[in-house]
Amino acid sequence: MELKDLAAKAKITWCPGCPNSQILVSFRQAVTELVQNGSLKIENIAAFAGIGCHGKISDYININSFTSLHGRLIPAMTGAKCANPELTIVGFSGDGDSYDEGLEHLIHAAKRNSDINLFIHDNQVFALTTGQFDAMSPKGFKGKSTPFGSIEEPFNPLLLMLSAGATFTARTYAGEIEKTKKIMQAAIAHKGFSYVDVIQPCFTFFDTRDYFKERMYWIGEDFPTNDLMKAMDKVQENIDEKTPLGIFYEVEKPTFEEELYK
Amino acid sequence: MLENQHSEIFTIGVGGAAGDGVKKAGIKIADFLRGRGYEVYVSFDYPSLIRGGHNFTRLSFSKNRIWCDHSKLDILIALNEESVELHRGELKEGAKIITDIPLLKISENPEIVLEEDVSKMPFDTKTELIDGNTAFAKGLQAAGLDFYLAYPMTPATSILHYLASQSHSAKATRDKQTKEGLKVIQPENEISVINMALGMAYAGKRAAVGTATGGFALMQEAFSFAGMAELPLVVAVSQRQAPATGVPTHSSQSDLRFVVHAGHGEFPRIVLAPGDPEESFRAGADALNLTWKFKVPVIVLLDKILSEHMMTSSIDSNLISVERNKDMVFPGAPDAVVKVTSYEHDENGITIDKAEDVKKAIEKRFEKEKNIEEEMQNIETVKIYGDIDNKNVIVFFGSTKGSVLEASKYFNKPAKLMQIVWLEPFDTEKVKRELEGRKIICIEGNHNGQLASLIREKTGIEIKNKILKYDSMPFDPIELAEEINKIWN
Repeated sequence: MELKDLAAKAKITWCPGCPNSQILVSFRQAVTELVQNGSLKIENIAAFAGIGCHGKISDYININSFTSLHGRLIPAMTGAKCANPELTIVGFSGDGDSYDEGLEHLIHAAKRNSDINLFIHDNQVFALTTGQFDAMSPKGFKGKSTPFGSIEEPFNPLLLMLSAGATFTARTYAGEIEKTKKIMQAAIAHKGFSYVDVIQPCFTFFDTRDYFKERMYWIGEDFPTNDLMKAMDKVQENIDEKTPLGIFYEVEKPTFEEELYK
Repeated sequence: MLENQHSEIFTIGVGGAAGDGVKKAGIKIADFLRGRGYEVYVSFDYPSLIRGGHNFTRLSFSKNRIWCDHSKLDILIALNEESVELHRGELKEGAKIITDIPLLKISENPEIVLEEDVSKMPFDTKTELIDGNTAFAKGLQAAGLDFYLAYPMTPATSILHYLASQSHSAKATRDKQTKEGLKVIQPENEISVINMALGMAYAGKRAAVGTATGGFALMQEAFSFAGMAELPLVVAVSQRQAPATGVPTHSSQSDLRFVVHAGHGEFPRIVLAPGDPEESFRAGADALNLTWKFKVPVIVLLDKILSEHMMTSSIDSNLISVERNKDMVFPGAPDAVVKVTSYEHDENGITIDKAEDVKKAIEKRFEKEKNIEEEMQNIETVKIYGDIDNKNVIVFFGSTKGSVLEASKYFNKPAKLMQIVWLEPFDTEKVKRELEGRKIICIEGNHNGQLASLIREKTGIEIKNKILKYDSMPFDPIELAEEINKIWN
């Protein structure tokens, strides 16, 4: 199997230059390598998506896919994994999709350690509905529904996932294609619930490229990924000035599906 | 007095505080009688609380078929003073009040409350005392259910309890089959329940979900998704008094219109409304086979009375076959790419929005209606009882079947009794044929006469005489017969 085999016929309708395309490239590369090195059969992977700009991705990859309702991909992913534990289940969701609409499913997937892999395209705004604040938008965000600035603070999704029991918690930046690919592969290799927040600036409604360029840095390879308190500290450190990227936490626990079939 | 015409029907009431074991004692007496060849019907009335409060179990039994319990008591077993006071007015002349036998003793030796000596009667193992929920669950099992998912909600919860106990016994006793055995999951809410089930169907497993109508209200978007993506799904919807939280432990038939129209957009679906536990068993099995055969979501409409009340029934899982759809492909199949989406899509599962493509996609989904209608030719979509050629017709659906059939023992003239089992697709031709030019009375457990309005919509026949009960309690057969007789006079 070659990289080009993963391309689908559908026309890509993301805005020109949208970092969603970079996430797509990372994923295609990640899967191609896994198939080529024999660790994955292409027919055994199924990609789930929610609704939002990110959700178009399932039309753009020539593999099994399931485009769910807005915010509801996570239970569908767990359902498919329970039904056929041989499948590798990946899911693409957005911040509106899983931090707003379907937040309960995100928390419960982490809690039950379902063996599924979730990549959140986090652009801190509702984009497909043409620009409203969402759960990740900073206080004061001026969108069409908050012309005088949003009055709500965002929450920290990585901290939430760590406290809910996610056994693999990471953050990456869409523009870092190679590193995102590696994190996706590590997530897929991890047995249990893998959660990856992918910072994906929206050029049209919330261009955060410069903001993150100044703040992003990769945590060192020596970061202890089996220490929950250190991971919680890291994802909260100096939040206005620094945005750490990398795998913060990875531990092994029995998965929901293993328990179900025990 | 009407009840004296049928003095061979006996009724026992057991009253006490919640937690006293009122239900258990009632079931013990009922099952004892069933085992000795009696037809028995048991009802349970209880408030939404855990301890205290008044619980009442009532059972009517007879040598002949009995379709629902009666309100006039031959025996009252009262565990507290309150029970005597509450039910004194329901006692028949010469009725016996038992206050001095401990419940535990009754549970162990139910015959002590009965006047006739039944201990020498042969024990019947062919029938069982079963409620509609358990029977429905057994139907699902017989048709090869892989997964059952539910969030607890009265009156659907006992389906979850029963199937969970089944999945446990599969684990304990059939180690090798565990991978193939039934799995039961209780997700975080109803929205998760139905979306998880759709993920299972996508991966090729037979899943069913169950809830009360309030829970089904939460499932609407995903129910529509099942229609759009043609994913097989069975939903058991048990009605309770509504709107909103309503009276959680009381019954209603007010959600007929809701389930028939469930989900946004237009897509084919099947709605079955069984009327007793034997029909619930059949509906569970049929629903699972139909949803996989036609790839349309199937609803089985129950209600508190049908879900929880028990009656002597014959259920045989050996009569059920597991029908599979050999044309379906699932992820994991080599050389196949299986794409499912909630967007309008072409046959490859790719999003479309061109007018002509959209039209084609909708027409493709509705083509299945023809096949379903063909299937309906061989199915009892409508059931007729009583005097089949009579000009007087009583029409009803769901658990009201029991009340009407029991009431018919007290009608002052013969009548044709007609039960609508398939609410959607509606068997317009057959219903029209059976009703046209007749004197019709429609009996329903709701305020708006939803069945009568559905019949009018589908057949053009207007039913003027309706007996509607919306106080959340079952029809009493004798009171119902009196009302019907009054209309005929």
